[in-house]
Amino acid sequence: MIKLPSAQDLILKLENQIKLILDDSTCLIGIPTGGHLIIKQLCKNLGDHLNYGLIDGSFYRDDLDISGVKIKEKTSNINFDIENKKVILIDDVFYTGRTIRAAINELFDYGRPKEILLFVLVDRMKNELPIKPTYSAYELNNDKGDYINLVEERNILSFEVKNIGR
Amino acid sequence: MADNFQVTKDGKLKHLLSIDGLSKEIIIDIFNMAESFLKIGSRDVKKVPLLRGKTVCNLFFENSTRTRTTFEIAAKRLSADVINLDIPTSSQSKGESILDTVNNLIAMGADIFVVRHGIPKTPEIIAKAVNNDVHIINGGDGNHAHPTQGLLDSFTIRRFKKEFSNLKVAVVGDIKHSRVARSEVCALSTLGVPEIRVVGPDNLMPDDLDNLNLIHFNDLKKGLKDVDVIMMLRLQKERMEDGDIPSEEDYFKQFGLKRDHLRIAHPDAIIMHPGPINRGIEIESEVADCKQSVILSQVTFGIAIRMAVMTMLISKKL
Repeated sequence: MIKLPSAQDLILKLENQIKLILDDSTCLIGIPTGGHLIIKQLCKNLGDHLNYGLIDGSFYRDDLDISGVKIKEKTSNINFDIENKKVILIDDVFYTGRTIRAAINELFDYGRPKEILLFVLVDRMKNELPIKPTYSAYELNNDKGDYINLVEERNILSFEVKNIGR
Repeated sequence: MADNFQVTKDGKLKHLLSIDGLSKEIIIDIFNMAESFLKIGSRDVKKVPLLRGKTVCNLFFENSTRTRTTFEIAAKRLSADVINLDIPTSSQSKGESILDTVNNLIAMGADIFVVRHGIPKTPEIIAKAVNNDVHIINGGDGNHAHPTQGLLDSFTIRRFKKEFSNLKVAVVGDIKHSRVARSEVCALSTLGVPEIRVVGPDNLMPDDLDNLNLIHFNDLKKGLKDVDVIMMLRLQKERMEDGDIPSEEDYFKQFGLKRDHLRIAHPDAIIMHPGPINRGIEIESEVADCKQSVILSQVTFGIAIRMAVMTMLISKKL
């Protein structure tokens, strides 16, 4: 089973990196479920004067007839204008890049941002598309194909790792 | 009980022919997916690429405006291509059988058929004849079923009333000839509505009333007492026989929903109607437009429900 650093530490690293590039046009958009949990924490620390949103991307995936549509509790919710804005997409784990591809496609149906950046806690270094995170707080070099997921328990975020024998 | 070949062994929706035979879980899945599609309907760009490359064929052997249009909009919002077959001018009028028409359209690459026909179970006959990767949606068959209407009506109730388990619902009008009523009753009882009343004259009640576990009222005022939901039905004049109702004026006097009736029902009761409305026959014009009326919401929600159904048909089982 893989060992990961503490999720809270990685979120702190991520937050410090975001602070370096924050400007008036920045909006933070999380990808449910992990990205939503991170956004909730960032909102507390960075302040609610910034624009926060969610983008789900489920309806833009390329695997409808392979894995079906997953109905998530949290779906897309962007109630501000992203036109010409600096959008920072936030997710817990970056894996194949397909989720991000879908999220970016959906994002463009809301408007044309000036720039889109991707900040994640963990990069599993297994991308199948020419898409990479702008910043990852941790790079996983010995990926065993385990299932990695950010979970919340009593307001504390941690990684749930499951061996699914891939 | 309809046989259940509209759902595969592993619980995936393959065709939608009637609500009879659908589990509560499948209905709730459809509702939850429709909820996400509602949000898409309020965006500037109202389209998602889920059904890109798929072809939806609207095969309507009976008139329809709302159902056909909302199926067309739903399919287009999912990025599918849509073919509307105008039956009176098609090969049907040259004597081609329905199955031949369907098979020709499959040869042209159709993936989903929405079928409306005056003869009950026509969509089912088609569903049994087509291969595995073609899906049939019943868009209304005779007086048998209109499942997407039943789903969108119960979805509307969920949106306004949240829970089903504490509701009194009255379905008012021509139950006997109404496929909408049958689908509504079936959906509501599957979803656990404890009290479903049917209100209307005795001769517009179905013969199998007792099997359906409904309470019949032939007095509108008594039937509406304390109800949370009033579902009006259209008089199905095209399916009636002479003498089924005395006259439209008399019918309106006895069973038309009027302003005064709203005081009898629960103060927050919602008023529904599947359309098209016959103002002054089933419902007083003013009541159709009042605050408690959710008739136009039903139309909007109908698009989201039809998007959800089409997505579930094409999507792999989770």
